[in-house]
Parts: sequence; C-alpha cells; structure tokens
Amino acid sequence: MKLLEIKNLRKSFDDLEVLKDISLDVSEGQVVSILGPSGSGKSTLLRCMSMLETVDGGSMIYCGKPAVEDGKYRSKGELKEIKSSFSLVFQSFNLFPHYTVMKNICDAPIHVMKRDKKEVTSDGEALLKKMGLADKADYYPYQLSGGQQQRVAIARALNMKPKMLFFDEPTSALDPELTAEILKVLKELAEEKMTMVIVTHEIAFARSISDKVIFMDGGLIVEEGAPADVIDHPSNDRTRAFLKKLEQ
Amino acid sequence: MMLLAEKADLFPQLLAICLKLLGGVGATLGIFFLTLLFALPLGLLVAFGRMSRFKPLSLLVKLYISIVRGTPLMLQLLVVFFGPYYLFHVRTSNEYRFYAVIIGFSLNYAAYFAEIYRAGIQAVPKGQHEACEILGYTRTQKFFKIVFPQMVKNILPAVTNEVITLVKDTSLAFAIAYTEMFTVAKQVAAAQATIMPLFVAGLFYYVFNFVVAFVMESIEKKMNYFR
Repeated sequence: MKLLEIKNLRKSFDDLEVLKDISLDVSEGQVVSILGPSGSGKSTLLRCMSMLETVDGGSMIYCGKPAVEDGKYRSKGELKEIKSSFSLVFQSFNLFPHYTVMKNICDAPIHVMKRDKKEVTSDGEALLKKMGLADKADYYPYQLSGGQQQRVAIARALNMKPKMLFFDEPTSALDPELTAEILKVLKELAEEKMTMVIVTHEIAFARSISDKVIFMDGGLIVEEGAPADVIDHPSNDRTRAFLKKLEQ
Repeated sequence: MMLLAEKADLFPQLLAICLKLLGGVGATLGIFFLTLLFALPLGLLVAFGRMSRFKPLSLLVKLYISIVRGTPLMLQLLVVFFGPYYLFHVRTSNEYRFYAVIIGFSLNYAAYFAEIYRAGIQAVPKGQHEACEILGYTRTQKFFKIVFPQMVKNILPAVTNEVITLVKDTSLAFAIAYTEMFTVAKQVAAAQATIMPLFVAGLFYYVFNFVVAFVMESIEKKMNYFR
C-alpha cells in the first residue's frame, strides 16, 4: 500500500524554482533516503511533504487521501486529519526547552490527540526506555547531549503514532559519535518496518538502511532506485561527481 | 553645644517629614500597582495588534506606539485630563483626576510593554513554531503553552527596567495636580524652607526600586529552570 504519492510537485521561492517536477512514491514499511548536494531542494521537498511549506503545483496524496491536487489544498479540517498521518524530526531537534523530557513527549498526544493521559504516559515511558533514556524523564532538554535531545525528538514524533516518519538531516547537528547513536535508533525503526523518509548526507548509512535511494540536483530527481544501483553504480553524471567528491 | 542641640532636633524633624510624606505614599503605590495591573495585559493586546497581519490594525497600533513614545508622559497626562473638556466640553468630576492619571499611565506603559513583548515573542526560534505545527497544536495552544513561557523568560530584564522607570515616573502625576508622595515632599520643602523632604523622597524611591529589583531578580532566577 502506498502511504505517500507525490506527482509533478513544483515549488518556487520568489523567482527561484526550488522544486521543478518531483514525483515520488513511498510504500508502507519502506525506507526512502534522499541524497544530494546543498541547494538541490531535498530539504524543501521534505518540508513540502511535511506541509511546513506550501507547494505551487502538483499533487500529494497521503494514505489514499489527497491533500493537494494540482496545487490546490483541501480544507483545513481535511488537512488536519491528513497531517496526523506523519511526523517530522528536525535537524535542530526543536524540543520545547521549558518542558521536561516526559512532557515534551506526552503533551501533544494528550492535548492535541486528546488521548488518555495514563496511556500516553506509559507509552512515553516505553519509548524513553527504547531510546535508552529511561532515567532522563524529568530532565530538561538543556541538560542533555545533542544525541540524547535528538532521541527525545524521535520519541516525541513516535508518540504521535504516525504512519510515516520524516527526518530532515537528523544527524547534521551532531558529532560522529552522537551521529552513530541516532543512526542506530533509525536502524532499529527500519527493522520494525517503520515507514521513513530520510534526508541525509550519511551515504554509507543510506546504503545500509534504505529500500530506495533518491538523488536530487537542481530541483529535480536525477536518479532513483535501489541503494546498490544509485550509490554503487550511478548512471547519472551528476550523481557520480557528487559521490566521487565524498570519497575523496 | 549648638551642634548637639541641632542634632537632637533632627530626629523629630525627620519623623515629622516622614509622617507627612506617608500621606502621599499611598497615592504613589496606587499609581504604581494599578498601572502595572492594566498596562501589563493591555501591552499584550497592543503587541498582538502590532504584529497583526491585518494591515490597517497594525498601522493604527504602530501610530499609537509612535505617538506615546514620541511625546512626554507629562503632556499625555494633561491631554487625558483636560481633553474631555476642551475637545468635547464634557465637565469632569474631581475624581476624574485620579482616573486620568491611571488611564494616562496605563496607555503610556502599555505601548512600551507591547514593544518589549513583541521583541520577546519574535525571539522565540522559528523551529519552535514548526515543531508546534507538526505536533498539531492550535494557534492558541501554541501561544500559551510554548511561546508565552519562553517570551516571559526573554523579556524579564527589559521589564525590570521599565518597572523601575515607572516607580520614578509616578512623580509626574503632579502635572495634573494629583497629590502623590513627591508632590507632598515639594510642598513640605517649600513650606519649611528645607531640602530634607526631597532627600527623604529620594531615599523612598531608592528603597522602592531596590525591592523591585530584588523581586524581579528572584523571578528571573525562578525562570532559570530552563534555558
């Protein structure tokens, strides 16, 4: 089953066309990695998928329900329901600094999804345990390392029970050691068949975790396929040049 | 011997001055607390107006802030007090003197607080708004749960400044002949041909502001539970 279908997506900032004609499918349980140089539009694509940016043209369909058709958005009410089908993990974590770890994880499920407080809290405890942060429930974000903060952010996203998780360069603000912490968590999620779309610069990681790799450049998808094909045997010149630079 | 006698006179004299000034302290405290009571929340509404995406409203509020900041508070008090009579020929009662002081001070301080709030709100990182968006908070939830607490922390030092200025500004009520502590001090000084009441008044302001600074500092410390 397709959880996300994107067709002919276009997006401009003033005169700059950032996404030219993007079409992309994400199936249930799939892990899709988006690679590409800075300014290629990969983060903008993820932000359009997360509805933090509005698109100028094209369609986006979530779990069979259209959110945008030919650049026209559905009503607020319909979008609200669609938005609950995914969550996003940010590069800079964006935890709420005045909430404890537990409150960061549980506040939205309780006050937005109106779920039972006890149930949400026990889910939150389980998630923290899974993230190796069981003893940090009462800490504030500033008392945690970057890697710990990002794991809290992932737990916060998971506690919304999304069908899909989007990651916007989740390790770019972290040093190599902390990056490894996060990649381990993502790997576990992939093994549990969590549907994920990951914008990343970690090529080796993308190869090991992804079912599909997308290479973007200049607002277009220039190459798409199994990681072995795109990363090890790129057919596109631009992909080849980019990967070669990384090897050096 | 002369010196000693004068010294012995000093304390009863000081006590008499203090008792007289005490009669005005109530009025000073009244202006202070009522202004804060009205201007702090009003400032938030003004800040919302200033940041509104509805252009006519934000322009109107901008004009209001510009006038309030661009003219003396003393003049504003005069306008509030005499305006109703000269503009609309409304006869105002004597009680209106007090209301005019509170209205004038509240409108003035609301404008300053509004700009402080605006700075505090805009200092909350964009990522916080985006996280709220992703988690599905409504605009109201986002403001009260996420933005407001961070704003309060951001603005405390600036608010302390403003509150301290207010303590001293209360003396401007004399412009419309509302008798507060400093007015009394000036009257006593003139009547007894001594500068002592003015010193006592100065000491009063200093102690008042010392307390204000202490209270604000402890609130700042309380807000240090997050960074």
